[in-house]
Amino acid sequence: MGHQVADIPDVTSAQGAGGAPPAIECRGITKRFGHVLANDAVDLVVRRGSIHGVIGENGAGKSTLMAILHGFYPMDAGEIRVDGRPVTIRDSADAIRLGIEMVHQHFMLVEPFRVIENIMLGAEGGMLLAGGEAAARASLARLGRDYGLVVDPDARIGDLPVGARQRVEILKALHRGAEILILDEPTGVLTPQEADDLFRVLRALRDEGKAVILITHKLREVMAVTDRVSVMRGGKMVAHRETAKTSAAELGELMIGRRPAAAARPAPATPGPELLSVQDLRVRDGAGVERVRGVSLALHAGEILGIAGVAGNGQTELLEALSGMRRAESGTIRLRGEVLPPCDAAAMRGRGVAHVPEDRLRHGLVADFPAQDTAILGYHGDPMWRRVLGLISNRAVEAHAAGLMATHDVRPAAPRLRSSLFSGGNQQKLIMGRELERAPDVLLVGQPTRGVDIGGIEAIHRRLRAWRDAGKAVLMVSVELDEILALSDRILVMFDGRIVGELPAGADERQLGLLMAGAHA
Amino acid sequence: MTRPLPRWAELALLPLLNLVLAMAVSALVVLAAGQSPTAALHALAIGSFGSWDAIGFTLFYATNMAFAGLAVAIAFKAGLFNIGVEGQAAMAGLGIALVCLGLDASLPALLLLPLAILGSAAFGAAWGYVPGWLQARRGSHVVITTIMFNFIAASLMVYLLVNVLIQPGQMAPETRRFATGLAALSSFGFPGRSPANVTLILALLAAFVVWVLVWRTPWGYGLRVVGSNPEAARYAGIDEGRRIIVVMAISGALAAGIAVNEILGVHQKLILNFTGGAGFTGIAVALMGRNHPVGVLLAALLFGALAQGGSELAFEMPDLPRDMVVVVQGLIILFTGALGALLRAPLARVMARG
Ligand SMILES: Nc1ncnc2c1ncn2[C@@H]1O[C@H](COP(=O)(O)OP(=O)(O)OP(=O)(O)O)[C@@H](O)[C@H]1O
Ligand SMILES: [Mg+2]
Repeated sequence: MGHQVADIPDVTSAQGAGGAPPAIECRGITKRFGHVLANDAVDLVVRRGSIHGVIGENGAGKSTLMAILHGFYPMDAGEIRVDGRPVTIRDSADAIRLGIEMVHQHFMLVEPFRVIENIMLGAEGGMLLAGGEAAARASLARLGRDYGLVVDPDARIGDLPVGARQRVEILKALHRGAEILILDEPTGVLTPQEADDLFRVLRALRDEGKAVILITHKLREVMAVTDRVSVMRGGKMVAHRETAKTSAAELGELMIGRRPAAAARPAPATPGPELLSVQDLRVRDGAGVERVRGVSLALHAGEILGIAGVAGNGQTELLEALSGMRRAESGTIRLRGEVLPPCDAAAMRGRGVAHVPEDRLRHGLVADFPAQDTAILGYHGDPMWRRVLGLISNRAVEAHAAGLMATHDVRPAAPRLRSSLFSGGNQQKLIMGRELERAPDVLLVGQPTRGVDIGGIEAIHRRLRAWRDAGKAVLMVSVELDEILALSDRILVMFDGRIVGELPAGADERQLGLLMAGAHA
Repeated sequence: MTRPLPRWAELALLPLLNLVLAMAVSALVVLAAGQSPTAALHALAIGSFGSWDAIGFTLFYATNMAFAGLAVAIAFKAGLFNIGVEGQAAMAGLGIALVCLGLDASLPALLLLPLAILGSAAFGAAWGYVPGWLQARRGSHVVITTIMFNFIAASLMVYLLVNVLIQPGQMAPETRRFATGLAALSSFGFPGRSPANVTLILALLAAFVVWVLVWRTPWGYGLRVVGSNPEAARYAGIDEGRRIIVVMAISGALAAGIAVNEILGVHQKLILNFTGGAGFTGIAVALMGRNHPVGVLLAALLFGALAQGGSELAFEMPDLPRDMVVVVQGLIILFTGALGALLRAPLARVMARG
C-alpha cells in the first residue's frame, strides 16, 4: 500500500541501515470500534536491534495497535510485514509463530503453578512433560545467563513479587522464541529498582538483535531506554523521532498536540483540624501475615498526606483497613474525633470516607458491567437514581454517568460501553470521578495515576489539590516518588509494616529514597 | 480468546444458531435410526402446538421448566450453581402437603390455597437456605451440598410417604387427596382438556419479579457484583455471604413453583418423584436462556414443547426409539449449554468481516 503521511518526518523509513528489512512494518492500520476510530491509518516501523517506544494519551490507540499485532483483534484495513514479508495474523497462535510476543500489563500466569511450569505453557514439548521440562530448565538457565533474567524455576508464581512475575512473562516469551517483544506499560506496577532491572534486560535483548516495542506513559523512561519513539494521538500516528534527537518536552507537546501548561506552584497547605487518626493499627492480609505492624498517623482537613514506600510494605493493607475493606487486627481508628466501631466499606462511605483503590481492575470496577453501572459501584443504594417504588432507574444512572464522564474527561463518553473496554487511564478517571462526585470529607487514594497519561496526571493532581484547598483531607498511597513529592504536604514513609519516617513537603528525593529502602535507625 | 459479539447477536442469534445446529444433528440421528426427520419434526410440532390440548400440555410442562430455570438463573447471577432445584421442589411439595393435610378440614379453599403456596415456598426456601449458609459461612461448596440435599430430600420423601404420611390401608406411597373442594387449580378458562393452570400466570409473575429484583434494585445490583467480581463487592461494602444465603433461599422458593404446578395444579395429593427431573432440566433452561428471565421463559417454552411433543412423537412414530426425545433434549443441552460458545468465534469472525 505504501501509505505515507506527508507532514511526518518518518525517520524510520522502510529500509533499515544495512538494507535489512525491518522486523515489523505496519502500513495504514485501521480499526474501528463502533463510533470510535481507535486506529486511523497507522504506520509503524520497528527495526531489529532497537527498542522502540510508543507513547500517546489515554485512549490514543496504543493498546489496540498492539492487540492487532498480536492477533487479538482483526484489523479493518492495513498491511503488516514481518521481516519484509506480508503476513496475516489471525490469532495469537499466528503471532507466536511469527515470533511476536506480548507481555501483558495484567500478567497471564497460572498462580498456583511453579515458574518452570508457567514457562512451559504452550510449549510443553510432547505428551510426557519430563522432556519439555528438561528443555525448559536448560533454556531458563541460558536465558538467565544471557540477559540477567534470574528467577528460581521452582518458586510458585503466587509467592513471587510483581517484578519477578514480569520476568517470568518475559522468559516465557523468549522460551517460545520471541523475536519481537511487545511490552504494554510494563513499569506501571514496578518499583524503581525493578524498572531499572527490566531496562537492563531490554537493552540486552536489543543488543542480541531482537526488536522491542515499549508502551509507556513515562517520558523519562522513553528518553532513558528507547532508540526511536512513535507518538500517537486520537488514533493517528502523529510523529516518529529518534530518541537522541528529541526531548521530553517535545514529546510531551506532540502527545497532547499543544504546549503543556506550566505547572503552577501549588499554594502551601493550611491544615485544619484532625479528621482521621489511627493508633497502633495492626492488620493481617488474607494469608494471615501481619502486614501493618503498629501504625499511628493523623490526617488533617486541608492536607494531602502522602504514604511513600516500595510496593508490598503494608500500604495496601493500611488502605484496606482505613476504607473498611479489611477488618483490623487491633488498634483504633478515629473519625472526626470519634472512635469508629468496625465498619465495612459501605459504612465508611456513609461516613464520608471515599476510596480510590490501588487495583482498579480487581476492586474499582466490574469488568462485565456497562460503565454507567460501574459509575455507581458502592453508591448503588443512593436515592439519586431511584425512582418509582425505590427501583433503580437505568435512565437516571445513565444520565449520572454521562455527567460524570463529562466532568472528569472520560473518553469515550459512552455510559453503556462495557467497563473493560475503556483504556486503562480512562477507567481510572471514571473511578476517581465516581469517588469525588460524592464530595467526601476524607479521600483515600491508592496509586492515583497508575496508567494515566501526562495530561491526565496533571488533571488528577489538580483535582486532588483542589480537594485539599476546599478543606478536605486526602490520604494518598503511591509508589511513584515523583508523585509523592509533587503532591504531598506531608510524607510518611512505610517500610515493613511500620512508619519509619516523616518528611515535610518538598523533601529531598535522596533522603526519601533511603527511608523507602529501609535505611533508617 | 473470545472477541465480544454485539448484544443482539449474543442474545438472539447465537442461541438460535445453536438450536438449529442441535436440530440438524438430531435430524441426522433420526435418519440413522431409519426414520424420516421431516415426519419426526412434523409429529413433534403437531404434538406440542397442534391443538389446544397440546398447547395446554406444553404450557404445563413449560411452567415447571420456567420455575426451575428461574431458580437456577437467579442463583447463577451470584455466581452460584444451584444443582438442588430438584430437592428444593420436592421439599416444597411436602410443605404443600403439610398445610393441606393439616388445614383442609378447617379452611376454605380461598385461604387454604394461598397458605399452601406460602408453605411450599417456605419449605423450598429452607432447603436452599441451608446450602447457602454452608457456602457463605463454612465454605462448603454449594454444588456439593445441593447435590447432597437432593439425596436427603429424596430419602426423606420416601420415608415420610411410606411410613408417616401414607393413607392408612393403601399400598401406594402417597397421601390422601387434599379436601380443597377443587378438582385441581383453576385453568383460568384455558380451552381444551389439559393440566395447564394458574401456576402458569404465577411463573410469568415470578419472571417479572426476578427481573425487577436482579436488575432494578440495589440488592440485585449487589448480587450481580458478587457474581461477576466478588473482590469489587468487598470494595463496595456489599456483604457477599448475606447475598449468597438470601439468593439461595429465593432460588429454593422459586423451585417451589414446580410443586405448586404439579401437586396443587394436578395431583391434589403428595406423591413420590412428582418433579420428574424438571429441576435438572432447569439448569439447561437457564443456560440456554442466558440467565435472563425473558430468555428463561423462551427456553422453558422450548423444553416444554419438547417434553410434550416428545411423548406425542413416541405415540405417532412407534418405530422411533422412545429415547429419541431424550437424545434430542440432550443435543439441545449440549449445543446450547456445554458447547454454547462453539459458534461464537466463527460468528465473531464472520461479523467482523461483514
Ligand atoms: N473492544 C473495544 N470496543 C470498543 N472500544 C474499544 C475497544 N477497545 C478499545 N476501545 C477504544 O478504543 C480507543 C483506544 O483504546 P486503547 O486501549 O488502544 O488506548 P491506549 O492508547 O492503550 O490508552 P491507555 O494509555 O489509557 O492504555 C479508546 O477510546 C477505547 O475506549
Ligand atoms: Mg493501553
